Amino acid sequence: MSATETWAWPARDVAAAVNAGSARAEATAEAGWEGPGRVWEADVHAVVHADPAARAAAARASGKGPLAGVPVLLKDNLCTRDAYPTTCASKILAGWRAPYDATVVARLRAAGAVIVGKGNMDEFAMGSSTEFSCYGPTRNPFDLARVPGGSSGGPAAAVAYGLVPIALGSDTGGSVRQPAAFCGVYGLKPTYGRLSRYGLVAFGSSLDQVGVFARHAGDVAAAYEVLAGPDPFDATTRLGPAPDVSAWDSGVAGLRFGWPANLWKEGVAPAIVDALERAADALERAGARRVAFDFMPGTYAVATYYLVATAEASSNLARFDGVRYGFRHADAPDVRALYTRTRSEGFGAEVQRRILLGTYALSAGYYDAFYLTAQRARTRIRHEYRDAFTRCDFMLMPSAPSAAFRLGEKTSDPLEMYLSDVFTIGANLAGIPGLTVPFGRDAGGLPLAVQVLGPEDAEPVLLRAGRALEVGGERARLARSHTTEFAWPTKR
Amino acid sequence: MAIRREDVERIAELARLEIPADDMERVRAELSSVLEFVATLSKLDLAGYEPTTFAPSGAPLGPDEPNGRRLDPLTATAQAPEGEDGFFLVPPIVENLAP
Amino acid sequence: MAYEAVIGLECHIQLATRSKMFCDCPVGFGAVANANVCPVCLGMPGALPRANGAAIDAALRLGLALGCAVREESVFARKNYFYPDMPKNYQITQYDRPLCEGGSVPVAVGGATRGFPLTRIHVEEDTGKSFHPEKHGDRRVSRVDFNRAGVPLLELVTEPAFREPAECAAFLTTLRRLVRWLGISEGDMEKGHLRCDANVSLRVAGTSAFGTKTELKNLNSIKGVEKGIAAEIARQAGVLESGGRIEQSTLLYDADQDRLAVMRSKEHAHDYRYFPEPDLPVLVVDAAARERAARALPELPWAREQRLAAEYAIPAYDAQVLADQRELADYFEDVAKSTNPKAASNWVMGKALSLMKEHGWSAADWAQRVPAKNLAKVISAVESVAVTATTGKSIVDEIALSGADPEPLIARNSAKSSSDDLLPLVRAVIDEHAGPVAQYLAGKTATLGFLVGQVMKKSGGQAVPQVVQELLKAELAGRVTGG
Repeated sequence: MSATETWAWPARDVAAAVNAGSARAEATAEAGWEGPGRVWEADVHAVVHADPAARAAAARASGKGPLAGVPVLLKDNLCTRDAYPTTCASKILAGWRAPYDATVVARLRAAGAVIVGKGNMDEFAMGSSTEFSCYGPTRNPFDLARVPGGSSGGPAAAVAYGLVPIALGSDTGGSVRQPAAFCGVYGLKPTYGRLSRYGLVAFGSSLDQVGVFARHAGDVAAAYEVLAGPDPFDATTRLGPAPDVSAWDSGVAGLRFGWPANLWKEGVAPAIVDALERAADALERAGARRVAFDFMPGTYAVATYYLVATAEASSNLARFDGVRYGFRHADAPDVRALYTRTRSEGFGAEVQRRILLGTYALSAGYYDAFYLTAQRARTRIRHEYRDAFTRCDFMLMPSAPSAAFRLGEKTSDPLEMYLSDVFTIGANLAGIPGLTVPFGRDAGGLPLAVQVLGPEDAEPVLLRAGRALEVGGERARLARSHTTEFAWPTKR
Repeated sequence: MAIRREDVERIAELARLEIPADDMERVRAELSSVLEFVATLSKLDLAGYEPTTFAPSGAPLGPDEPNGRRLDPLTATAQAPEGEDGFFLVPPIVENLAP
Repeated sequence: MAYEAVIGLECHIQLATRSKMFCDCPVGFGAVANANVCPVCLGMPGALPRANGAAIDAALRLGLALGCAVREESVFARKNYFYPDMPKNYQITQYDRPLCEGGSVPVAVGGATRGFPLTRIHVEEDTGKSFHPEKHGDRRVSRVDFNRAGVPLLELVTEPAFREPAECAAFLTTLRRLVRWLGISEGDMEKGHLRCDANVSLRVAGTSAFGTKTELKNLNSIKGVEKGIAAEIARQAGVLESGGRIEQSTLLYDADQDRLAVMRSKEHAHDYRYFPEPDLPVLVVDAAARERAARALPELPWAREQRLAAEYAIPAYDAQVLADQRELADYFEDVAKSTNPKAASNWVMGKALSLMKEHGWSAADWAQRVPAKNLAKVISAVESVAVTATTGKSIVDEIALSGADPEPLIARNSAKSSSDDLLPLVRAVIDEHAGPVAQYLAGKTATLGFLVGQVMKKSGGQAVPQVVQELLKAELAGRVTGG
């Protein structure tokens, strides 16, 4: 591999070279921009804040470590203190520069990673297509007429076309796992509380987790090792050391995987059903055992989610009021007008819709019927997952009902957009980890994927499953620690 | 479960959002359709299920040590939409609405 | 128609922890605007709260001291409303599962002590401060300072058990005393460390149903509480007597004008949309923690008061004054161990307290300036007549400012009680004050006091008054007989 093609390398290889002195961070951080960035970024629009001078300075300042010299793109809802604004793709935070780094950002820097910019997203993480951004949409590199998924579409697309080998997003109802599926890359949502939320702009506090995008299972593991662990600034992080993912390459022999086929009997694209069956075969070839059972349909989870998440969001977004930071409607005659006009002009339609929904769910007379009922349904959903995991070590499931849909296809019906989250939402409600594993292409060349879900702290198992699928279940390739070639999108 | 216009107005007021008159019907209809969908939760058997308390407990309480992440007044107010002499400025508070 | 007032109080106690309730900003005062702020207490995007252990500890101590039931698992909740002094436009507080419930405050009213029952005590965060609108070019603006945002508060709610404004004032005095005693707050109402709102309603005397209540705010001092509640009772009585109905409303009391103003009426009832705070885990205070806190409780002020009276054989009034503050009571006991307790009581209540007041010293300041053993030395010297009381007082004046050991001063200013020292002074005074002497000899025995005083003056306060008196009487008796 020539040095200038470091953008195509797995992140671990970049770090090894920089640590050994055979590559320089200034070059590795820039390679993605010079190569694939020039080819793709103008069309894909994954990045919303970039600064060549700042990234060069960050590269110069970076040191050795597990992610030495690895360029990383961060979703625009992660606070970064230096060069880049943090705006959540919203007019109401236009130009805002955070005076502090998110904990996960600080940990990346400490590991030698180079932050190279902020990635596009649906405004305040509310969306499943990255079409609700004040900066305009991001397009899927595999088909520029299609969405990359959302809400972390920018980071997913940037990894897919090679700008960076690792990107961070956030996943509240699937916003890492679904765009990972649409863009043909790995996307991990950790166990709730394993990655710090300090510095992640809150949407649904009890559901949000920072997530990792990468092209290789081993890179997901490397990033997780750097990021996971308790944080005194986030009281919802789990105590004690994070689960050990160092054995991510050890295969799935002897593990049982759940097969809830009732969930995709209808409403799921045939190509995805086919991917699931091929994945199950691959896992069996690798030594895992399939356990078939029926599982609770996800529509209840979607209903539960849209009450809990919007309720929490309606409260979390109250702070955007034009007083201390961000956009303010000028010349408001009094404070009430300041609030109302600032928020009505500053927030997009989807954000306002969810704030209204959440406010209603919490309002006097409706709290019991809506919010409290949803929290009880959530307990039931957690129990369902817990029961399922007494019968298997992980479950195989779709990430999304279809491959990437077209831009504009779902924006006119909010409910249709919400229902596309049906396979990812449950994990957020239950606080369990989920990993999207890319698995082939459909007839039109669009990425396909499957999802593996596990009980709390099952990240090691999920990564083992993701790795086994990475090499098609072939034990020989697994044994040789084979690094797969990533199937790059081709520019048409 | 359809939502009435008065309810939309009431919650918009609570949320400090202004819905233009010619948008009101669309917003009302969208919210109604989502609410109808979430109402399907009432079909779930939830007997014996307590509401989730999510955050894992046991996180240690803060040690009462000052100064860890303090900002200086300049940084604190640097990006205030309107600030002066280290204060944030807001338009007049007409009614005293503090509880 | 005789009406009975039914009053309940809602108090907020600002805690004297080192850092804020949910972040590590210092809790200071007098700082420059927005100097004690961070992303958390400014409500910046991405910031998260973390509960301050010292604040929870303070709440626990107050709850246990007042006999509350402490919940093993209590829950933080969000109270959602918009206001410029609210960094997040929600306040983190506790709603339906507060830390403490029940309990009561023992209050001395009209010579007897009664327990006024509490409903609950919980923990929450304070708001920032917004100021009245002021001119700014051609507009008007309000300034906002978030230094106070996030400071820990305890909210204490009483049952509607008060019937008289004076009871409310006594309650607040007791509460202030207790929070200072426990070291959890300075409790100064004028500085906002202790705030009080009142709920007031009237009902026909002897009935049990509650009348419509109004809420009274802006009660800024203990006197203001008493006067404001009295004013509201009078207002409501007036309305009812003229056949009107009480409207549920919030009123502000202006102490300077002794006037009530309606702040808002019922239509603005808030929908706070309380829900459990997802950013904070359930607050667990297990039995072991409760026991530790209970064992760490100091002897409470009322118990100390009783013990001082019993153990040191001093009057109840003295014990009450001395036990008003813990540092003072501790000081008194230290002094009383080394000298006559009743004398110790007099000197602490008298000289020491008056010097403290004059110089604005706290009891802790005083104890540093005049260590207990030093005061005890002076007291003992006066008791044994080694020095006169007057001399003793000036010695204390001096050592309070210089911090010196009193022993050399005691030695240098020993009381004069020998006739040899005093007789010349007595004779000089008799010679200089012929008029009063004549009055005395004519039968006005009270003039003797004046003459004694003059001898005292001549002696620079060192003459022992009783001896002076005897010598004067003898000398004057001699004059009558023409000796």
